Parts: sequence; structure tokens; C-alpha cells
Amino acid sequence: MGKHLEERVMLGLMIGSMVLVIGSLLLILATVLVKGLPALNLAMLTQVPKGGYYLGKEGGILNAIAGSLAMASGATALSFVLGLGVALYLQLFVRQSSRFAHLVRLALDVLWGVPSIVYGAFGFTLLLLLKMRASLLGGIIALALLELPIMVRGMEEVMGMVPFGLKEASSALGATRLETALRVFVRQAAPGIVTVILLAFGRGIGDAASVLFTAGYTDRMPSSLLRPVASLPLAVFFQLGTPLPEVQQRAYAAALVLVVIVLGISLLTRLLVRRLSRYVVR
Amino acid sequence: MSAGRWRRLKDRLAGRVMGALAFLVAMLVFFIVVALATRARPLLDIQSPVVLLTSSEWHPRQGKFGFLTFIVGTVWVTVLAMVLAVPPCLLCAIYLAEYAPRRLRGTIKPVVDLLAGIPSVVYGLWGILMVVPFVRDVVTPLAARHLGAIPLLRADNPTGYGILSSGVVLAVMVFPVIISVTEEVIRAVPDGMREAALALGATRWQMIKGVALRRALPGIIAAVVLGFSRAFGETMAVMMVVGNVPQIPRSLFDAAYPLPALIANNYGEMMSIPLYDSALLAAALVLLLIVLAFTIMARVILLHAVRRAA
Repeated sequence: MGKHLEERVMLGLMIGSMVLVIGSLLLILATVLVKGLPALNLAMLTQVPKGGYYLGKEGGILNAIAGSLAMASGATALSFVLGLGVALYLQLFVRQSSRFAHLVRLALDVLWGVPSIVYGAFGFTLLLLLKMRASLLGGIIALALLELPIMVRGMEEVMGMVPFGLKEASSALGATRLETALRVFVRQAAPGIVTVILLAFGRGIGDAASVLFTAGYTDRMPSSLLRPVASLPLAVFFQLGTPLPEVQQRAYAAALVLVVIVLGISLLTRLLVRRLSRYVVR
Repeated sequence: MSAGRWRRLKDRLAGRVMGALAFLVAMLVFFIVVALATRARPLLDIQSPVVLLTSSEWHPRQGKFGFLTFIVGTVWVTVLAMVLAVPPCLLCAIYLAEYAPRRLRGTIKPVVDLLAGIPSVVYGLWGILMVVPFVRDVVTPLAARHLGAIPLLRADNPTGYGILSSGVVLAVMVFPVIISVTEEVIRAVPDGMREAALALGATRWQMIKGVALRRALPGIIAAVVLGFSRAFGETMAVMMVVGNVPQIPRSLFDAAYPLPALIANNYGEMMSIPLYDSALLAAALVLLLIVLAFTIMARVILLHAVRRAA
């Protein structure tokens, strides 16, 4: 019968597509693992580049690891503070159907789609305006802007799942909106908020295009907010661009470190969510 | 001041501050456009935007800035990526939404999310290590032997770095965006409609084709547009495999030079040539405006789709 044959063909195509999607993920991870693991050693993780590093001499990428962690932490903290305010405002301080709330949400959706290179270029114009050079602070600002829409929309989503009764109960007891926000909403949504923070951190630490203009690159450890700072994605990019195979190998290792950090965060998120949701009122 | 008044004051104050923050966020896109436009102004004063967008002459040292080559390059790469990505993504989303048992869905969704979390340089690295050699050693010789007569498929670029490689890498990068949005809009179709179709004797696939997909169509279009705008602005991964040759491509195998790559590649020297910084920030502005147009279009379609479903 025709219609059953068609169903079977389509189902076959669907399963083929699933294999394609999951297969490409595995292929990417396998490539990074196979190429990166042989190049990875303790010196890579514990040393900064020494003289002649880019000609294949000794050293490591500790500067990039530390720089990325510093930059992504700063950016995540900044966008968390800003984002929490906006999310709580949208949840508790305006009517859900108000025109302003719609406008802010649309703006956030639009910001979510803005390419990271544009955040980089915008951050660069800010630096020019403030007469600053590429620096840790510049990178933090660019990454914070990049993370902000993820942060707000994510937190809004988890806060939206707080039972309405809790809000009513809190108001009925005489709490102000701010007290409801901080003592009920934040606490109740805490596991979700942690997830969102880690998600934003993961997005921030992997981004290269936005920090290219704003953070620069250096062989030193991050020391000041106003000095340039190295980052892992750019370490991968720059080392791949050199002609020497030994240095390119190190790019593979740097990519592996980056992937391990990002996947580690992803796993951590899953574990934490299970742990933290024990304290939530359902 | 009584405790109650202090609490109310704090509440009002916090409301104001948070409201101001929300307002700033709402205006941020506008700020970005203004900031980029201000920096692009010196160039726009001496060269009309029309020339900027339609000229393919790019000689920064002679003060000639035309974006056409780069815009065309971006369009080639993005369109190819979408052609490669959309069919498997739709099939995947349909499977996840309509066929997959709960357990399987629960395992596959995180995998798709994981794909979304991989940094773009890692995609680029994968492109250099696997896709480019494959295109160079397998696809290009095959195409040169059998498909040389078709103009769009003339394979005379021996490096492997080009539109085809970057299209493949970019396609994998937009998988998660398209799959997750499409799956969501298909699942939003009311079950009653599915049951009605099934009760009339339709097979599952007939029900999907005639009811679920038709109902979810606007949302699916929005998902594709979102994927398109994501791909359009992607920088690092594309830049690493596309070849970066400023030419109007004639074939899928040619190298190209997309707009984001232009910005990222030249940031180092842009302060040393007059008007170069203006030109690159103007390029960022063009990129932003194109992506904005697509994103807003997708959001409007989605909004209408949601309203119609409700």
C-alpha cells in the first residue's frame, strides 16, 4: 500500500537525519580529542609562552586559560547583575501584557541574534570613545553584552515557572514587590538561575569574534583590567595560523582544553540542577 | 521614617532602577546602530551608501571601499549552508516531535544542545582538519571529472578552502538552532487536530504532512529565517575555511570573502590607513542591519504563529 510505503521511506530519512546530526557532533568531538590529546601535556597547562614559543620552543597556554576564565567570569557576573534586574522587572514590576514588556522582550530576541563580531565592533567603538586600549575590561564588556540576552530570556523562563500562588501568598502577607522578587522568586528559581548562569558562561568563554577587537592578546597572565588579555579561542585561532606544525599541534590542544571546559560546564549544569531542585516548593 | 514607608520607598526605588535597566536593554540595539553609524560617518560623507553597497572595488589604500564582493560572498556561503541544513533539520525535528519515544527525546535533546554549545573556533578547527581535506581530496577531483560542464560546479580551486567547505561547517553549526525551534513549533500543534486526522484513517506521516506541518508552517519558516540570520553573521568558523579571497564567486568550489571575515581579518591594520576603520565599522553596520531585518521578520512570523495557535 502506497501510504505505508511513503511512511516507511520518510521514517528512514528521519532516522538518517538523526544519525547525521548526532554523527557530526561525535565527529567533531572525536576530531578534537584525537588531534588534541597527543599535543596536550602538563607544560601546556601550567606555563605561559616563553621566548620563541611561536617557533616551537617551550611554553604553554596558561595565559589563555587564565585570560578566558577571567574574562568569562567577569562578563558573566556583570551580565548576571544587569540581567537579574531586567528579568525581575519584567516578571514583577510591569504587567505581563504591557507594551513596554513586549518591547523589551522583542529587543532581547533581536539582541540574541546580533552576531558576536558586531558586539566586538560596538565594544571597539566604546573603547575609542573612552580612549581605552584593548583590555580585559573591554573584553568583559563585549562578552557581557553578548551574554545579556541569554541571561535575561533564560532567567525569565525559569522565573515564569514559579507557581503563581507563591507570588499571591507573598503579596498577601504584605511583602513589597522587591521583597517578593528577592525572597521568593530568586530563591524559588535558584536552580534554574544557576543553569542559566552556566549556560551564559559557556557561551561567553567560547566566543572569539567579540573579544578580537576588545580584549587583544598577550603572552602574559592577566594582571589588570586595563591591560590586554589572552583567550583560549584566540589561542586556537592564532596558533593555527602559524606555519609550523608543532605550533599548530598546540592549537589542537588548546581547542581540546576549550571543549573540555565547555562540556564540563554542561555536565555540571545537569548535576547541579538535580541537586538544587530538592529545595524548591512545587 | 517608619519601617513600612522605608520598605515601600526601597521598592519604588528598585522599581525605577530596574525599569531604567530594562529601558537601556530595549534601546541597546539602537545604541549599537548609532555608535557604528557615527564611526562610519567619515566614509559615508565622501562615498554614498549606494556606491558602498554596489561597488566591488576594494582598495583601501586608494580610498576605494566597495562591499559588493563581500556581501555576495556572505550570501553564497549562507544560502549553501541553509540548503544543506534545512532538510535534515526538518526531518530531525519531525522525528523528535512526532515519533521519538519520550526516553529517546530526553537523550537526544541534550545532545543537540551540546552541539549548540561548541565554540565556533572548534567548528573552524574541525573544518580545517576534516572538511577541507575531504573537499580537496575527494569532492573536488570527482566534480572536476564529472560535473565540470555545470557552471555553478566548476571545480578549479585545488585548495579545498572555499564556499563548499564553509557551507558544510556552517550547516552543522545551525543544526541546533533550526532543530530546536522547529521541534517546539511542531509540538505546539494541538493534539486534538492530530487525533482527528488519525481517526480519519490517515497514517502518521499523512497526519504530519497534512495537519501538523501545515499548521506549524509559519513557525518552521521563522526557524529557518532564524538559522539564516545566525549563519549570516557567523565569523570565526567561516573565516577559517572559506579561503578569504576577495572575488565574486562563480562556482561552489571557489573561495570567497564574507563580510564578517573582512571585519575580523583586518582589525589589526585598520587604524593605519585613513578611513579604513570607518569602512570596517560600516561593514559591521551593514551586517547588523541585514541580520536585524531577518531576525525581526522571523520574530514577527513567530508571534503571529503563536497567536493563531492560541
